[in-house]
Amino acid sequence: MSEYMIEINGLKKNFGTFHALKGIDFSIKKGTVFGFVGPNGAGKSTTMSILATLMLPSEGTAKVDGMDVTEQPHEVRKKIGYMPDFFGVYDQLKTDEYLHFYGGSYGIPRKEREQLIPQLLELVNLSDKRDAYVDSLSRGMKQRLCLARCLVHDPELLILDEPASGLDPRARIEMREILKELKSMGKTIIISSHILPELAEMVDEIGVIEHGEMVAVGNINHIQQQLMAKRQLSIKTSSRQDELKLFLNDQPHVQGVFIDGQTLEVQFSGQDVEQAALLKAILLAGFEVISYQEAQTDLEDIFLAITRGGGAEQ
Amino acid sequence: MSKSIQALKQFFLNPVIDKEYRLRMRTSRSMWTLLAYLIAMGLFAGVIFSIVGISSGRNAYDNEFSGIAFIVLSFAQLGLIAFMSPGLTAGVVSSEREKQTLNLLLTTQQSSFTIIVSKLLSSIGFILLIVFASLPLYGIVFLYGGISPDQLLSVFAFFIFNMFVFGSFGILFSTLFKRTMMAVIVTYGVVLFMFAGTGIIYLLFFSGYTNYIHSGNASQNLDFSWILHFLAINPAFAMFSLFDTGDWHLSLANVNNSSGAKGYFDYVPFWLEYVLFYTIMLVLALVAAIRKLRPVKRRKG
Repeated sequence: MSEYMIEINGLKKNFGTFHALKGIDFSIKKGTVFGFVGPNGAGKSTTMSILATLMLPSEGTAKVDGMDVTEQPHEVRKKIGYMPDFFGVYDQLKTDEYLHFYGGSYGIPRKEREQLIPQLLELVNLSDKRDAYVDSLSRGMKQRLCLARCLVHDPELLILDEPASGLDPRARIEMREILKELKSMGKTIIISSHILPELAEMVDEIGVIEHGEMVAVGNINHIQQQLMAKRQLSIKTSSRQDELKLFLNDQPHVQGVFIDGQTLEVQFSGQDVEQAALLKAILLAGFEVISYQEAQTDLEDIFLAITRGGGAEQ
Repeated sequence: MSKSIQALKQFFLNPVIDKEYRLRMRTSRSMWTLLAYLIAMGLFAGVIFSIVGISSGRNAYDNEFSGIAFIVLSFAQLGLIAFMSPGLTAGVVSSEREKQTLNLLLTTQQSSFTIIVSKLLSSIGFILLIVFASLPLYGIVFLYGGISPDQLLSVFAFFIFNMFVFGSFGILFSTLFKRTMMAVIVTYGVVLFMFAGTGIIYLLFFSGYTNYIHSGNASQNLDFSWILHFLAINPAFAMFSLFDTGDWHLSLANVNNSSGAKGYFDYVPFWLEYVLFYTIMLVLALVAAIRKLRPVKRRKG
């Protein structure tokens, strides 16, 4: 038994002369929630399609729970629940029939489905829509129904490609809560999203892809530390901002100072000890400090710091 | 034995077939299609009865008349099946692709074989429903006699076989082409070729050979009966051979059979060659569709 749910090695995908994936490598341990971020056209959906056995890689390997997706696709499909970025539904089916169809397609006996489907509908807050035609559901409800469909065979791995795209804020919050619950159930989840703050709340690791190449993979905090070697300090004073700027420029580890009204934004290369020493020096110099804080970097900052913008290239 | 029956039962009750039937029968289009078909066939039957009745100058219909009416009605039915089958089958995979439901289906445990064959069977099931709904029209023919139940059964078996043939081509192109419109057009093109293309090729060869004979460079008894193979794979001629077991086909290849010697088509009638040829085509089309449905295949080495 592999400790990794996903192992990708040298994965390439070419569409004619277009190189969608240029040999990416990463692994995801079981039980991890992995945020897959990157600009449009970077290769996220292509990677996810390969993992979902819907696309053949040009080179390299992709394994799910130790099984190669090209050699054991039937076995891999038992392990995964896939939710594509764009998907349709069978309009003429009722919600209940829709889940019965997919449950049956995964070989779940009807008796088991009868018990399972109400539980799934409850999980995605659609219990009251059991007899409604899928066509009559809102976009958010369809997204949640699709998520229930992903779970119908109790997969170990969820591949969710932009699950919150096109949803209003309330529907996004509902979706996020469901995903948190799935995380607590121990599912391995690979999720891509453009709404980065949403991911930051629930992911354990991230992978940033750009132009078909992985530019960063790992724990968010580690990547943050690697990428954000320079801290940004915000110092708010009541007066003498120009004098403080001159004073700061002479201090060690200060890389640059910019005045923004009462606040000075300081690029600082020191660690916590040096940061405390700087505050002490400012106070001893007689400056009146209203606030002194390190600006928090989030997933969006990491993403912007890593990516150069734009999608894959020819 | 019971295991195979169980497996067969399980296959026919598989979720893809169940879903396809539900989706198809819940649309009003199905009801309108059935109604339009019965109206078209009813009108056609009415016109045939009137024309044949008037032209024969008889006040009462007899065996000969009912035989002609049966043949004409059967040709009309074959034409309608050829017209409907591509429309009902050429979109079954491509429309799922267009509606973005195909990828969800392909990540399930259903095999490509099950998906393709289930879709074919459900489409054919609907065409069968339509054709069987038209059975009472044939009842009129039976009123006047001259047609045996065997003939009726053989014609209906031929219809069902053709549904599978047209349907398998429709499913193949539906799998190969991303757009339903393209799949429908190409399927209609193939069906048109089966009816008209094979006939045109036959005519071209026939006129070429007869000109050659008339030019005096060839023997009057030049045997070019092989061109009949083009007619044997023509649905209309194949069906006609079900009605008439005589040697009418010999005249189609200028064969002088004064000796009474038996030729290939005396042993293998058109319909049999048709069934053999298109069984192979049908299987090839389905195998190709099954192989093309899912992009990921087992790699060697």
